[in-house]
Amino acid sequence: MLILVVRRLLGMLPVLLAVSLLTFLIASLLPGDLAFVILGDQATPENVAALRHDMGLDQPLWWRYLSWLGHVMQGDLGRSFRTGQTVLQAVGERFPVSLQLMLMAEFIGLLIGVPIAIACAARAGGAFDRFMTGSAFAMLSMPSFLVAILLIYLFAVELRWLPATGYVPFTEEPLANLRFFVLPALTLALAEWPGIMRVLRSDMIATLQEDYIALAKAKGLKPSRILFVHALKPSSLTLVTVTGINIGRLLGGTLIVESIFALPGIGRLLVGAIYTRDLIILQGVVLLVACGFVIVNFIVDMLYAVLDPRIRHGHA
Amino acid sequence: MATLELSMQEEVPAPARGRRKLGVLFWIASAWLAVILSLAILAPLLPLQNPVDMDMLERRAAFSGEHWLGTDGLGRDELARLIFGARVSLTVGLIAPLIGLGIGGALGLLAGYFRGRFETLMVGSMDVLLAFPPLIFALAVTAYLGQSIPNLTMILGVLGIPAFMRVSRAATLSLARREFVIAAEALGASHARILLRELLPNVILPLLAFFLLGVAVTIVVEGALSFLGLGVPPPVASWGSMIGEGRDSLDVAPRLAFLPAAGLFLTVLAFNLVGDTMRALTDPRQGAL
Amino acid sequence: MSAPLLSIEDVTVELPTPRGNLRAVDHVDLSLAPGRTLGIVGESGCGKTMLSRAVLQLLPKKAKLSGRVMFGGQDLARLAPESLRRLRARELAVVFQDPMTSLNPVLTIGTQLMETIQEHLELDAPAARKRSIELLAAVGIPAPEHRLAQYPHQCSGGMRQRIAIAIALSCEPKLLIADEPTTALDVTIQAQILDLLAREQRRRHMAMIIITHDLGVVAGRADEVAVMYAGRVVERAPTQALFKRMHMPYTEALLAAIPKLETAPHTPLPAISGRPPDPTRPLRGCSFAPRCRYAAARCREAKPELKAAETSGHLYACFHPIQMAEGIGA
Repeated sequence: MLILVVRRLLGMLPVLLAVSLLTFLIASLLPGDLAFVILGDQATPENVAALRHDMGLDQPLWWRYLSWLGHVMQGDLGRSFRTGQTVLQAVGERFPVSLQLMLMAEFIGLLIGVPIAIACAARAGGAFDRFMTGSAFAMLSMPSFLVAILLIYLFAVELRWLPATGYVPFTEEPLANLRFFVLPALTLALAEWPGIMRVLRSDMIATLQEDYIALAKAKGLKPSRILFVHALKPSSLTLVTVTGINIGRLLGGTLIVESIFALPGIGRLLVGAIYTRDLIILQGVVLLVACGFVIVNFIVDMLYAVLDPRIRHGHA
Repeated sequence: MATLELSMQEEVPAPARGRRKLGVLFWIASAWLAVILSLAILAPLLPLQNPVDMDMLERRAAFSGEHWLGTDGLGRDELARLIFGARVSLTVGLIAPLIGLGIGGALGLLAGYFRGRFETLMVGSMDVLLAFPPLIFALAVTAYLGQSIPNLTMILGVLGIPAFMRVSRAATLSLARREFVIAAEALGASHARILLRELLPNVILPLLAFFLLGVAVTIVVEGALSFLGLGVPPPVASWGSMIGEGRDSLDVAPRLAFLPAAGLFLTVLAFNLVGDTMRALTDPRQGAL
Repeated sequence: MSAPLLSIEDVTVELPTPRGNLRAVDHVDLSLAPGRTLGIVGESGCGKTMLSRAVLQLLPKKAKLSGRVMFGGQDLARLAPESLRRLRARELAVVFQDPMTSLNPVLTIGTQLMETIQEHLELDAPAARKRSIELLAAVGIPAPEHRLAQYPHQCSGGMRQRIAIAIALSCEPKLLIADEPTTALDVTIQAQILDLLAREQRRRHMAMIIITHDLGVVAGRADEVAVMYAGRVVERAPTQALFKRMHMPYTEALLAAIPKLETAPHTPLPAISGRPPDPTRPLRGCSFAPRCRYAAARCREAKPELKAAETSGHLYACFHPIQMAEGIGA
């Protein structure tokens, strides 16, 4: 198990390095000189040259990458030239909001997707199964910004049950905080459940064909125990994978949802940085998000090993 | 023991679906796509009003003989904007996956056929590209390149490369060991000949099915970017930007958001339906049954 | 003769397939007295596993069962699901063919044993644990306390089959169905497992059905043998009588197919030539006729019914039974 962890950790390093290089190259090679952006209308050739020198932009590319990487390693991802905040400060401030949103969304998504998947698998091919499989297919064609518009129209404009936009920290007003999160989390969850449901359903249907399920029936166990212990546990491996893959989609999703519902999370930070052309923040956030994504995938891999005793004991 | 081998397969295997009929839904979806595509192509020839002409006296006008679907928040004809919006959404949605299909398909074919270090390098690079959540990658690159339809198309195209590469490589791997390829090799056919004459025709079918699903995804991502105002530059209409603009008037004129939303949803659904059916038909695993 | 524990009366099982209905079991009658052993023998696809699934009420959902499966005076096929569930493990238990797939890979051996015991025997957890350890010891597993916390993949195939047997025995069933219990195991372990089953059967006074393709397996172990072909019972007799004189050419062919220890290794097995008939397209005549070396015109025209031979309790379905006893080959 320990060997597995170390090996996977080592395998992650080149990917992280390549991710940092790509992030750096996007920011450096593409047209749009940082000095021009910062100086804006007052850019004169002399000003630009002076600023370029100050920022080290006149150095060769590889040197700039290495010095940038060196700073990043020490936890210095740069500082916004608009707000003066460092990237880490800005991200640290916004991260809890995005995390809360993602956790709530994934939780609601599982809450909807898992029971439906189990019910469908228990009576595969039945009316409920066909209806839900069809609905899931249709929902997969429904982008989250469409869902958001529908939910806002229904619950905020027509019924006036929930606020359309706004945010207060959980620590100040827990209930109000949750009210602000319901619609955004539901939006993401409605985009998540079809994937969860489809994967778990097909996996459970396959599991229910297994000999050990026939034996569990022959042992006279209660149908609920067969379904939830004997069939769900082996199938939960796939669920972990989906949940892991979902994190990547959720990160993209939070971008849209945070913008629509005005939640001050990472996604909104990123969109804001694009609107204001705050390139240092943009570069830093993209790097952190990509690395976070790689690390989440690593954790998902490890969870696999914890869940499946065959992998844990090195038999797979 | 050939005839006395015993296994649980006495349990009759689940009835394999016979040659699946395409079904009513498939034809409805295809018909919808045909209508939308012809409207989008013929848009300049149709007797439509100019989609960017504003009429400040006729803002958010209701349905009328003059404006069949009313006007938007700036008094522009909604029907014209919907159809020209389809033009933009479909242009990006069709061309971007073509980039992915071309580059990703070719790389996957080469990686699956030659294997070795090239394959390792390709798979590794794709892992790096996949480490960026697609929407964030698209946003970041657009921010540097600037908003324009060609830029948007190119970025979304690049984003599709890893997925197409995976499909093409998987299909090539499963084919490269089949008899007809080995036979061609034995006959001394050149690599180019095997790749183009033997493998490509077989790999292209699953790739084309995947292309349709790619179109659906691209339309969604383009819609999302434009919805945020970071996709197509204004005043160009795309479905995404129309939904984004319609969001501000959800309370007074919800149709301004819901009409393009319906168009987007139905088109994406149709591409998914047709693509999924095609994929089921061309899946090499099912063909082997 | 005591009243039968199990009697299978005119049971037919049909499975719908894209090519039409498949008749896996075709009007089978069998019975089994308490404490006795019945061997069901036949090739792959002859319907013996489907028949056992019909008794166990574990048929695929789409399968259609007709006839009666009387067990302890109740028709299992018409029993309410809840009554059937309470009957399982306590009255009716099963050991499947492949211990690699019949134990749940993500649950510990202890869980899989104790859940059965606790479900049916109203024992608390410590008592169930104690019973589990006793059971594992009874089926010959060393250090049973230690095994409870392990997962199936940590045990060898033979060990797993012993665990599966322990699970089957856990609630003292009246009938144990062993469906090819040794086919998936190493030859060296097969005899051990069969002896274990026989020993526990005697000790617990269970009735047992052994399903196998190998006449050698039932030779010394079953009281009665039923030979199945194409869904039908084609010959049925007390084991002694059957081996003394077999009437069906098919039974004879099965006997010839048993691998013998004295034959040199790598000699080709005299497997039965040809394949069983397509069960979705029933033949008009005897199902075995196309592969039978004694077949005559009549065999292809009409189906022979199961009829009694001179020796008591011996039934066979053949127009041209073998004239001379072939002796015991195994």
